[in-house]
Amino acid sequence: MKQYDIVIVGGGPAGLAAALEAKKSGAQSVIILERDGELGGILNQCIHNGFGLHTFKEELTGPEYAARFSEKVKEEKIEYLLNTMVLDISSDKMVTAMNREEGLFEIQAKAVVLAMGCRERSRGALNIPGYRPAGVFSAGTAQRLVNIEGYLPGREVVILGSGDIGLIMARRMTLEGAKVKVVAELMPYSGGLKRNIVQCLDDYGIPLKLSHTVVDIQGKDRVTGITLAQVDENRRPIPGTEEFYSCDTLLLSCGLIPENELSRGMGVEINPVTSGPVVNECLETSIPGVFACGNVLHVHDLVDFVSQEAAAAGRHAAEYVAAGEDKIFNEKKYVIVPKGGVRYTVPSSINPAKMDDEQVIRFRVGDVYKNRYTSVYVNGERIVHRKRPVMAPGEMEEVKLKKEQFMDCPEETEIIVTIEEA
Amino acid sequence: MKYDVVIIGAGVSGSAIARELSRYQLKTLVIEKEEDVCCGTSKANSGIVHAGFDAENGSLMAKLNVEGNQMMPELSKELDFSFKQNGSLVLCFDEADRENLVALYDRGVKNGVKDLQILEKEEVKKLEPNVSDEVVAALYAPTGGIVCPFGMTIAFAENAYTNGVEFLFDTKVTDIQKQEDGWMICAGEKTFETTYVVNAAGVYADVFHNMVSEKKIHITPRRGDYCLLDKNTGNFVSHTIFQLPDKYGKGVLVSPTVHGNTLVGPTAIDIENKEGTNTTQEGLDQIREKSGRSVKNLPMNQVITSFAGLRAHEDGHEFIIGEVEDAKGFIDCAGMESPGLTSAPAVGKMVADIIVKQMQPEKNPTFCGTRKGILDPDTLTKEERAKLIKKQPAYGNIICRCELVTEGEIIDAVTRPLGAKSLDGVKRRTRAGMGRCQAGFCSPKTMEIIARERHIPLEEVTKSGGNSRLIQGINKDSL
Repeated sequence: MKQYDIVIVGGGPAGLAAALEAKKSGAQSVIILERDGELGGILNQCIHNGFGLHTFKEELTGPEYAARFSEKVKEEKIEYLLNTMVLDISSDKMVTAMNREEGLFEIQAKAVVLAMGCRERSRGALNIPGYRPAGVFSAGTAQRLVNIEGYLPGREVVILGSGDIGLIMARRMTLEGAKVKVVAELMPYSGGLKRNIVQCLDDYGIPLKLSHTVVDIQGKDRVTGITLAQVDENRRPIPGTEEFYSCDTLLLSCGLIPENELSRGMGVEINPVTSGPVVNECLETSIPGVFACGNVLHVHDLVDFVSQEAAAAGRHAAEYVAAGEDKIFNEKKYVIVPKGGVRYTVPSSINPAKMDDEQVIRFRVGDVYKNRYTSVYVNGERIVHRKRPVMAPGEMEEVKLKKEQFMDCPEETEIIVTIEEA
Repeated sequence: MKYDVVIIGAGVSGSAIARELSRYQLKTLVIEKEEDVCCGTSKANSGIVHAGFDAENGSLMAKLNVEGNQMMPELSKELDFSFKQNGSLVLCFDEADRENLVALYDRGVKNGVKDLQILEKEEVKKLEPNVSDEVVAALYAPTGGIVCPFGMTIAFAENAYTNGVEFLFDTKVTDIQKQEDGWMICAGEKTFETTYVVNAAGVYADVFHNMVSEKKIHITPRRGDYCLLDKNTGNFVSHTIFQLPDKYGKGVLVSPTVHGNTLVGPTAIDIENKEGTNTTQEGLDQIREKSGRSVKNLPMNQVITSFAGLRAHEDGHEFIIGEVEDAKGFIDCAGMESPGLTSAPAVGKMVADIIVKQMQPEKNPTFCGTRKGILDPDTLTKEERAKLIKKQPAYGNIICRCELVTEGEIIDAVTRPLGAKSLDGVKRRTRAGMGRCQAGFCSPKTMEIIARERHIPLEEVTKSGGNSRLIQGINKDSL
């Protein structure tokens, strides 16, 4: 059995940033366990540019962005294992993993950083009726086939869901010679970034049909067509609005689900809204010494924020290890309550003694809001009131809380993050 | 080159018959229109081993159901497929219907079903805490079970094959002609001469029967839509939960699967199209509504896939098994709807007996009745597993992260007798791609393994044979 200060599960952008910051913060032994054949995670198949605007002030491709981190990891001689699947983590941080070379092995960690990322919502989870032929792909699977393997999964394409991967793939498939006929979105607004709608759909003349969904998939062997229908305010198809599109491929970009099977297995409390762990200001889960960051915590839009968040998790993990036996100090916990259109917050509680001088609280809204205010109330007193011209479910929001605002708060303190008209 | 027996259809019935015939020195061929065994009704059903209380007293269905049920525990060990005797419950929601529940009990006892019991509400709730509060009583059948329908069909076929039965896939029978001493089977350009024909063609059994007989039969494809839930719901129910048919209809079942998912369904929608395995919104909605009668708060947001299968419903709702009166040497195995899967072991014996009685063949001296399935490393101890990976490192390489299927298992699935040729073939044998991400992550990797092991280009890998290629070209090839 091996022993490490910090085991990082996942070598994507979150795992890499967490590892680097943990090392920088003094952790002696850090190891990254990655299930794929190289570090970088899904970034390796995201060959479009636009990554790193916040972090590096330049537009990088996904693999370039990943390389900035993975090269540093190698420079810092941080250990990592590739093609290594973590099978189980016990609540006392015993990690069971497996690969071809070492077989089945165990690592005892002092701290664990969960950075497993997310998966795409499948056709089955969407409950789309119809046949089950070849040619129905999640957008990410198609992206891998095109960008890593060099194959075209289809020639006439309909895309359901206007999540960012779907939008990116609309452009990508077009550039590779496929005809993307339409992108349909169930909601009355897009789930993707505004810039992707402009650059990936508008620039190529690909129509976006809001409030539409696929109600039938045809084709016994390979997709031969799909039927779109408009949906009402309850997202139910409206009879009579059906429209047939002949196509050989349906790509799905209908949301991402954090992959928390390992977290659940070890007993980490999960927030039903995000499907990610409930974390405090240190991004520490309900199990002390187990941290979470990146898309396994909550699905992000921009990798820059993943890196920031993961660095914080790595730093706190190193601090946790360094504190050793006397970890427990002032265990005040102020719960953050999302209200009025705010669906959740990360973190979901803060401890004033441990929070950063300027603590970032990230959240998503449940609808499109124009000219509203993001407000934070502490025990009824409004401490933040910031105007936002547009807020949408597809774009993550944030507010910053200052440590000094919480130093004198009573034991029972409630923090509310909400959206207000004025 | 004349065959003794040609079996049309490599579903569970055809495969079970083939295996029984392989006990003898007979030249047997199974012809299947799809690319693999278990591609029709056998792949999309409830996977239930029925106790046998449902079928009419004295019917062939009742007899073969109870026999098949009794054979299943032993057979699952011999042929190494997943089976669990989890017991089943038929829920009664209204005191007014209790007499029907008692009638079901009586019918079961007469059919020879052992250990049947009528349970009162509290006892039912104790066995299954998630059943609806509306339940008043239930029929409990401890001999009810669940089985992996793919595992069972593939096991029959593999064992038949290793004992000398030939299989021909992607071959559609187009005509059957009576000859002086036997039959000529045409499949497009190809012809096959045989003494006996076994018609195990599922929803197409009426087509072949009616080619040779004046006494016509009629099979309606009765579609059943299902929803399969994530394994994290695996403990939601532990027994197979049926509903007592009442004024609201036949209801749907809620059952664990042998692999730990929860299965809900089926609907019963009569259709015309024998290939109409598409689910419909109406069907999926019905499942949602009807399952709510049996259990409380079934987490339907945990559905990972839905599918539909076609039951081969004959107008008389009875198995039609035996030599056709006006077509000597042509043996029907038709109308194989529920409890067809349960009955398959007994059906195999019954059909084989008909042929054996007439032909009096010698025993197959090399027959081996046991078969080893694909090794699931999860069943090994840590030490055994470590040893296996050392010997075969592919067993240390996880390909399907949701179901934790290794490269070693997938290679085995592709290279073993009657091995998988497609993604679905691999899925049915190993569960790779059957988990919560529904092959989103593993399909490109599995495709590579299939291409490598079968020595074909990646472009030729299909989802399920035929025209179901996953890749349509290479980047920019049309620009």
